Amino acid sequence: MTRVPLERKVLNENDRLAADLRQGFLQHGTRCVNLISSPGSGKTMLLERTLASFERGRRVAVLTGDIQTDNDAQRLARYGFPVRQITTGGACHLDARMVVNALAEWQPDAIDLLLIENVGNLVCPSSYDLGEEARVVVLSVTEGEDKPLKYPATFHRADLVVLSKVDLLPYVPFRMDLAREYIRRVQPDAEILEVSCTTGDGLDAWRKWVDTSC
Amino acid sequence: MHEMSIAASMLEAVRAESARHNAHVLAVGVKIGELSGVDSESLRFCFDVLVQDTDLAPLSLEIERLAWRNRCRQCAQDFTVQEYRTECPQCGSAETETTSGRELEFAYMEIAET
Repeated sequence: MTRVPLERKVLNENDRLAADLRQGFLQHGTRCVNLISSPGSGKTMLLERTLASFERGRRVAVLTGDIQTDNDAQRLARYGFPVRQITTGGACHLDARMVVNALAEWQPDAIDLLLIENVGNLVCPSSYDLGEEARVVVLSVTEGEDKPLKYPATFHRADLVVLSKVDLLPYVPFRMDLAREYIRRVQPDAEILEVSCTTGDGLDAWRKWVDTSC
Repeated sequence: MHEMSIAASMLEAVRAESARHNAHVLAVGVKIGELSGVDSESLRFCFDVLVQDTDLAPLSLEIERLAWRNRCRQCAQDFTVQEYRTECPQCGSAETETTSGRELEFAYMEIAET
């Protein structure tokens, strides 16, 4: 029996495609943001509020991933920007190949900002690089504030954590101070924003973050 | 539950190595970091299910788990992160960076002598 060293990543193929995507985004000046959260934390709502605030003609596009249905794409298409649904048909995450395929019919140099809404799941999407420039994790205050400790792999790779639905804070036992401490423990470098899509609180700061380098 | 697609990616690599050496692969060694988001038991289960009754059998999976380790940007101390405590145990600085724990990598393959 011979032992052959094999030093490469298991998801080599995904990482190769993601590196190609990243290089393409860089070349065309596209800022790509990957949004990850558990189901129901408000990713689609956040995107709706974001698109609603953009002026017409802005070069924004959205990819939205779900296991089934194109409901999210229908919701997002109302704002007049190109939207494409990726239906994974059972897969619990988006991978780089799905993004490559979904982008195939768009002009790569026609998009300045590409927002990717991942499949609602706090575990699996974290392993799959999509070529994004920044990764956002959304955590709503109706969830447990200890989610960063329960799902460290996902929070550890976050550039920004959006704490959503903060208008509900008076009605839920969520402790903002603990949530911030847990995020800092798992990912000290992540920025943190508190947002309510219902009242609009924090949306300006979020838009400013989205616009950075865009 | 993405361990099934990860196991499938591993088997693709095993097939490629097997073809390259024109020999049966007996074992594959992988390194899995604590922060990789991959559950070892679930991966082992999916791996065995996919290998079963194929020409790849017998094929064993050897998993090395790697701890989450950080290095201090101030005093360069290396340490294992326990209980999510990412601050430096030596100088107390919060400025630390992860050096290990995200791995999802192959380490080796054991190939039958021909």
